[in-house]
Amino acid sequence: MRDVAVIGVGLTKFGELWDKSFRQLIAEAGAKAILDSGIEGKEIDAMYVGSMSSGRFVGQEHVGALVADASGFSNTHIPSTRIESACASGGLAVRQGYLSIASGMNDIVVVGGMEKMNDVVGASATETLATAADQEWEAFFGATFPGLYAMIATKHMHDYGTTKEQLAQVAVKNHANGALNPYAQYQREITIEQAMNATTVAYPLGLLDCSPVTDGAASIILCAADKAKEYIDKPVKIIGSGQASDSLALHARRDICTLDSTVYASRMAYKQANLTPKDIDFAEVHDCFTIAEICAIEDLGFVKKGEGGKAIENKITTLNGSLPVNTSGGLKAKGHPVGATGVAQVVEVTLQLRGEAEKRQVKDAKIGLAHNVGGSGASCAVHILEAM
Amino acid sequence: MGEGVARFWREIPQRYNFIGNKCGSCKRIFFPPRESCPYCRRKSMGKMKDIKLNGKGEIVTYTIIHVSSEDFEEQVPYPIAIIKLDEGPQITAQIVDCNIDDVKIGMKVESTFRKIRQDGSTGAIYYGYKFKKVIEQ
Repeated sequence: MRDVAVIGVGLTKFGELWDKSFRQLIAEAGAKAILDSGIEGKEIDAMYVGSMSSGRFVGQEHVGALVADASGFSNTHIPSTRIESACASGGLAVRQGYLSIASGMNDIVVVGGMEKMNDVVGASATETLATAADQEWEAFFGATFPGLYAMIATKHMHDYGTTKEQLAQVAVKNHANGALNPYAQYQREITIEQAMNATTVAYPLGLLDCSPVTDGAASIILCAADKAKEYIDKPVKIIGSGQASDSLALHARRDICTLDSTVYASRMAYKQANLTPKDIDFAEVHDCFTIAEICAIEDLGFVKKGEGGKAIENKITTLNGSLPVNTSGGLKAKGHPVGATGVAQVVEVTLQLRGEAEKRQVKDAKIGLAHNVGGSGASCAVHILEAM
Repeated sequence: MGEGVARFWREIPQRYNFIGNKCGSCKRIFFPPRESCPYCRRKSMGKMKDIKLNGKGEIVTYTIIHVSSEDFEEQVPYPIAIIKLDEGPQITAQIVDCNIDDVKIGMKVESTFRKIRQDGSTGAIYYGYKFKKVIEQ
């Protein structure tokens, strides 16, 4: 296995981007990543793109080829592959790009992720997101996607005494970070009262416990690590990559409050990096709902099962805390264009490790982790990165 | 988008009559039924036997849905729960015939055959199980 480095990153603004099409978004993110990397373009061996449901969101499938075409690479005829794993599509695309270089097959690849979610009305977006759940045995009976995470929250509150206020504190923290991120959908702070009193979506989760519907794209350029410094002064190495699966339906899991896909994917990544959770300086985790961030910091091993709520309350995960989590604003405030999210997390970790995160820069950021979940936890990708 | 009717009638035995299956090797019970047992794998091949479940269980966790998909809009707010059936498997279903505030973790429930939803005013009507509180005699 060869070492792999990130040599370029690119993001579009995240938000309701009415004047930008699906193909414009991914072409913009890709072009920014290529410019950032210092490559010309002809060195690119392959593309991997994450997209959850372009077919339902914009009526377009076959997006591997579309992305190559839209970014001006149809004439080089490079292989371009679309990866789908619901909300973890981006993270899995990063891993496929990583594996293709680690294996020796490719030297330089572009990894992209995108979703254009605002070309359908709200109810259709909700329905499309519910396709990440088990259609026959969850959604058929009226379970929504927020409803599944709400059931995790109810159980977490019952078993561990986690409070609605602790859930709200996750949203308040992530909005405070998002306020410092010029690419975030919501660049404004919210108060605990606003978060706690927001309209109920699925009890106990309110509107401000939920990540929004977002348009956006993200891209990174991956390169064999021994060649990385030919292109960029500050490459960032991927030192661990893990992926795991679990039952599609939440009800079939070993424990409703534990995402075993996170446990197993992170274990795989820690083992490869020869690290423990204590060695991680900061993390981007999958906070599609506030309860998801609490489960994530537990399942990634940062705190014990059941202590996630307390950790939030004790401000361990704020920008100045001992383990800053979601410095980008997370899915909650930065936005959650599902296919783009896993790639955008690696963009944020890379910027932090290069010392280019500006107002949200974590002090002495040496090792960062990106954690991307599909559905209610049926799939997960974890990457650990280190400055070279 | 119209959906084929076969997608629904092929699930009728499970959704109407709670037919699960049992591994002939380790005796574990599954609902919905599985092609093979994920614990015994090849040893279970050809040994999975249909079994009728009693439709009783206990609420493991729940939520009250306030924002639903279009198909369920006229039913909001409605409780939905993960239920651990007496025979072991866990399933997701709506809780009916009670006040929303009465739904609690640990509540004993039993299945009841109900309309789940319909495709508009002229489309197919889909039936299946919902659950209600067990009234102690």
